[in-house]
Amino acid sequence: MSTAGPSLGGMFSNRRIGRWTLNAFATLAFVFALLPLIFVTWLSFYEQEIPSFPPTGYSIRWYAQAIANERFIDAFILSAQVGLVATAIGLLLAIPASIALTRYAFTGRGAINNLLLMPLVIPGIVLGFSLYIFQVETTIATELPIMGSFWGLVFGHVLLVIPWSVRLITASLIGFDRTLEEAAMNLGADPFTAFRRVTVPGILPGIVAGAMFGFVSSFGNLEVSLFLVTPGQTTLPIAILQYLEWKIDPTIAAISVLQILIIIAAMLITDRFVRISRVV
Amino acid sequence: MAGVKLQGLSKHYGDFQAAEGVDLDIADGEFLVLLGPSGCGKTTTLRMIAGFIEPTKGTVTIGDADVTRLPPWKRSTGLVFQNYALFPHLTVAQNVAFGLEMHKVPKAEIGGKVATALDLVQLGHLADRYPRQMSGGQQQRVALARALAFQPDVLLLDEPLSNLDAKLRHEVRHQIRNLQQRLGITTVMVTHDQEEALTMADRMVVMKDGRIQQLGTQRELYDDPTSEFVASFVGRSSFIKGRFTDGRFVSHGGLAVETERRLTGEAVLALRPERIHLGADAASDANPDTGNTYRGKVESISYLGSSIDVEVKLNEIDSVIAQVVNKSRESGASVGDEVSVTFPRDVPVFAASPA
Repeated sequence: MSTAGPSLGGMFSNRRIGRWTLNAFATLAFVFALLPLIFVTWLSFYEQEIPSFPPTGYSIRWYAQAIANERFIDAFILSAQVGLVATAIGLLLAIPASIALTRYAFTGRGAINNLLLMPLVIPGIVLGFSLYIFQVETTIATELPIMGSFWGLVFGHVLLVIPWSVRLITASLIGFDRTLEEAAMNLGADPFTAFRRVTVPGILPGIVAGAMFGFVSSFGNLEVSLFLVTPGQTTLPIAILQYLEWKIDPTIAAISVLQILIIIAAMLITDRFVRISRVV
Repeated sequence: MAGVKLQGLSKHYGDFQAAEGVDLDIADGEFLVLLGPSGCGKTTTLRMIAGFIEPTKGTVTIGDADVTRLPPWKRSTGLVFQNYALFPHLTVAQNVAFGLEMHKVPKAEIGGKVATALDLVQLGHLADRYPRQMSGGQQQRVALARALAFQPDVLLLDEPLSNLDAKLRHEVRHQIRNLQQRLGITTVMVTHDQEEALTMADRMVVMKDGRIQQLGTQRELYDDPTSEFVASFVGRSSFIKGRFTDGRFVSHGGLAVETERRLTGEAVLALRPERIHLGADAASDANPDTGNTYRGKVESISYLGSSIDVEVKLNEIDSVIAQVVNKSRESGASVGDEVSVTFPRDVPVFAASPA
């Protein structure tokens, strides 16, 4: 013990410096990430119409205006609808796909895995443009009203949901102890019942997290939607962009703050039911 | 309740024979232990009884029904998994109720049956806990209650004690055995621990390389092992290798040994340490009618508390380990002493296994 004393002290102080540096960098990163949000929130309470520093006073009238703006409300409803439907469809595809990817060895498994994650890596603008061409051509070829329809938009957004949900669901399936399924079957459950009663509750955090992230990426998406919407049918990010072309008053800031609050609320509520932090 | 019958049960993975020609007739209410080193096929055999592995050849019969082609959920076996496999999102009571629900037990009866099953393992007071809130020993008992609650024909135990600490293992061993006898349920347990097998089984099976090496009661396996493998796996033995010439065994080290069982060709004697008698010198208490006596030199001594292991070198090649009861402080030899070594004529003898 006595010989270890001095070197232990040296190690301790080294460690302390390391810890201190780590904390400093983490704080810096947080500030860097949160600063724009803080400014947007601040701006949304400015009184004057043209943002300038310092503010002449504070008010909540931009929030009143954002909520009163019918275009924003319609766009919000459409974004929510598209996000929810796309997330539901995305999950219905992602769950079986994740099971196949994690449990069965088949030729082309790696390729399919990469394909399903692809929408995450190719630029949104490229994805949107490809979908646009594809939907225009199919609309012409089949004469079905695909282009510019709600379902055409949903189709594009399903592609945004799938990579997130596949990634997160496969992660929780890999961590799932399969002897639990065997135990269920030993107790008389057929494979489907075993899956429903034992596997689904086990991978629920992954499913919920996948749905959460899928929904958020759909809800906030601009590039893909830009190509697939029609006049009079716009999602919230597009409505914000269109508004910005004419005005720069803090209504935009107010609507952004509302959007952030909704997402934070959704995160907190889901985290109460399943610990998302365990999967992400 | 029902017996279990395995006939020619085999499982091959390509060229690898995980189990080969396993024949077993397990009586109704019997506690059978499959014993062997890892990879010997004991778990494969258990999983074929439960239905998780489809055999390549052979049949599994439970009671009068051939269940070989039935999936696990249509068989009446309650399996206690090595890691217990309790459902983490369900309480203890819900875990135990799971099998009852699957077997369509009326809702009104489930509560009572869950309580009965939990009482069997003295866990009635923890019914509302979640598995993660319990100790390993308690989880093990929940797994047992869950496997028994729906009253399966057969109880299967897959290394049920391997995750418990040594002291608890001792205790749980007796609890499981008592419970099994009280319920009279046919039970098959897999273990690599010979002590577990010896203390719990009605009969035991020693397996190696996918095949049954020997089947019998503890006494049969201990006193009359039929192979060098069984003699070394169940209990301890010193082996003396040699050859039978004209019905007489002569070791490679030159010892002539009288044996009751006589073979021809290369053979091995297995000597249990407690059957070897050590004397102060060669002449004193040897009885040529019942035993074989030799001179030797004490090579090493291991103090084990209640007994002492004395390794005696008989010649350049042959040496034996004798177990001496630690009766008094003065007793026992010291390294380098000349001693006499006597062992009986009815020692197990078997043909040498091809190297």
